[in-house]
Amino acid sequence: MTAISDRTAAKSTSINGAAAKHRPGALASSGSPLVRPPAAAHLTDEQVAEMGRELDAIRDDILAKRGASDAAYIRRVIKVQRGLEISGRAALLMGRNKAAWVTGTTLLSLAKILENMEIGHNILHGQWDWMRDPDIHSTTWEWDFVTPARSWQHTHNDLHHRWTNVVGRDNDVGYNLLRMDADQPWKPHNLGNPLYNAILAPIFEWGIAIYDLELVDYQEGKKSKEAMKRDLKALGRKVITQFTKDYAATPAVAMLTGSGKQALYGTLTANAVRNVWAHAVIFCGHFPEGADTFTEEMVEGETRGDWYVRQMIGSANISGSKFMHLMTGNLSHQIEHHLFPDLPSNRYGEVAPKVQEICKRYGLPYTTGPLLKQVGSSWAKVFKLALPGKKS
Amino acid sequence: MIRLRKLARAASVLTTPLAPEDVLALFNPVFSARQLRGVVTKVIPETADSATIHFRPGRGWKAHKAGQWARIGVELDGVRHWRSYSLSAPAGQDPAITVSDVGAVSGVLVRQTKPGDVLFLAPPQGDFVLPEHPRPLLMLTAGSGITPVMSMVRTLVPHRPDADVVLIHSARTPEDSIFHEELSELADQFPNFRVTHWYTGERGRLDFGSTAQLEELCPDWRQRAAYACGPEGFLDDAEALWSSEAAAHEKAAPGPFAADPISLIIERFNTSLVGGAGHDGGLVTFEASDREVEADGGTPLLDVGEDAGVLMPSGCRMGICHSCLLPLRAGQVRDLRTGEVHGEPGQLIQTCVSAAAGPVNLDI
Repeated sequence: MTAISDRTAAKSTSINGAAAKHRPGALASSGSPLVRPPAAAHLTDEQVAEMGRELDAIRDDILAKRGASDAAYIRRVIKVQRGLEISGRAALLMGRNKAAWVTGTTLLSLAKILENMEIGHNILHGQWDWMRDPDIHSTTWEWDFVTPARSWQHTHNDLHHRWTNVVGRDNDVGYNLLRMDADQPWKPHNLGNPLYNAILAPIFEWGIAIYDLELVDYQEGKKSKEAMKRDLKALGRKVITQFTKDYAATPAVAMLTGSGKQALYGTLTANAVRNVWAHAVIFCGHFPEGADTFTEEMVEGETRGDWYVRQMIGSANISGSKFMHLMTGNLSHQIEHHLFPDLPSNRYGEVAPKVQEICKRYGLPYTTGPLLKQVGSSWAKVFKLALPGKKS
Repeated sequence: MIRLRKLARAASVLTTPLAPEDVLALFNPVFSARQLRGVVTKVIPETADSATIHFRPGRGWKAHKAGQWARIGVELDGVRHWRSYSLSAPAGQDPAITVSDVGAVSGVLVRQTKPGDVLFLAPPQGDFVLPEHPRPLLMLTAGSGITPVMSMVRTLVPHRPDADVVLIHSARTPEDSIFHEELSELADQFPNFRVTHWYTGERGRLDFGSTAQLEELCPDWRQRAAYACGPEGFLDDAEALWSSEAAAHEKAAPGPFAADPISLIIERFNTSLVGGAGHDGGLVTFEASDREVEADGGTPLLDVGEDAGVLMPSGCRMGICHSCLLPLRAGQVRDLRTGEVHGEPGQLIQTCVSAAAGPVNLDI
């Protein structure tokens, strides 16, 4: 009856009646990009199209199966997360006791990680919109993270997922802060790459919040003053509520038991732990050795099949246990997530072997490795690109 | 109530970005900041394929008037579906719906609902209600059309000695007749309430082609305020009879001073759509939701959006309540009831009875 197009390019900025006509980033129905990325240069147009159809079939298969068990999954995760958060904060009320402080801080860290990764990130992608539940929906969800959900959805779902790893288009390549690709021109301040990254990790949520303001676009006149004002206001409100909860209200309650200071430190630690973890996981998504970046010619004329190719060879997975996958919000299945950003995250694991098999059959790289190796690989890039030099 | 709201706002300082209700929902599923809910308290089978579901609504529910309906949300395989059901409980009591198994959603409600289940709710609404001033009444019902009228009968008959109600209820057989026993008991107990059970399996459909059968069953029908609820054909026939009688009445006693105007109030459960028009259709863009869907020319935009996971506002799903209005940003739509193609940017359209006529952009 109807077919959902999962193009991530759907946000239309024009308000007039021509909105339907100009859709930047819309995909070509046939042909090939001006330049096919080197890793896929051996494929013909027909092969790419055929591979696209195979990936579509994988997606359709999940859409057909998606149902009550998936709904039960996300509700269970949400319940566990809220339980962890309440227990963590309760334990911090007795933070004067060292064991209670460690327990509380650990539980709260876990809760915040789950909230941001498996719950927030994925709900905000619209992975659970099909349930039509206003309590678990991309248009109503707000997360325990400084940047307002709507701002993040714009820079992440729309810009990053549409322009994945296209240097000059996808600002996630270095977040306007780090030099993360050899094609980005070297400047003396890039010497500080490792230092900036080390500082960024524990305050990652603030980095994202500033990044989502799109300051560069504003300076270049691509973002209007009104939009900037609106975003600043939304961020200001979010900062105040987040700050009040974590650093004023909950410590104030803990003061009743004489643990105010301990509760404050515990929450501060939990936020930092979450930030370091999120930073590590997210850096493993596109920066480890093996994940490619692209030029604008490689996107020009891109078909659905080529779009899939770019998502696969531009992303990197993390291998590990089920628990690890959960704590990364299944971003350990970054390749599958980029292929199908709105499929429920609990299905990526089952899709992964099929995607890997397709990559093998078509001679495309499928980058994956254990967490430490991938973290090491992306840090190596941070160090290497601090120094001038072209792509090898 | 107001104090509770203030308390909730104060508590949200501790729970943000969640609402306090989101945390309370861990302990009691009725709590939600966004969605009215109710907990099923009792399920009573009525006939082989109908059941009455009693529920205790959470905060935000308004007490219903006899004859009103409410939208009920049910989950089918993880996906929420909304349907409208008449409330069969009398006014002043906890609400209950009586559901006949006629489709996927009602089937789940009738067969699988059990006490403790959570129903999603919208507050009761509808104009099919008792007259403000006491009048003799004639109720014409068929099949599950009895449900809103049952609420009226239960509200009125046992409590108002001055009530004067005649009910003519059509059902295929006595076994299919919902509330059969209770109606007979009420008629035995209260002389001011008269019931005729009309079994179409034995006697064929009630004939509204002429006034003959009506005269026989209720000779003073012209003096009564009439209410009708049932399937489309039943209501169309009744409406035709009443309007021709009203015209005749007008001729005999013209002017605004006619003593008792002949009136018929009807409640429709369905509306016939010009389905599967086969042409048009097109790419539907839900702008704020970032969704694009290829839709055919026969599917209401409401269904198209819901299938794409967009949180569409919805109501009666038959083009009467205007709960589903959305601003059109671009393109045109076809009214599935009339086939008319219309639409200008900014116009509010009823998504439940409009399909895409070419590419359509909606502001949601």
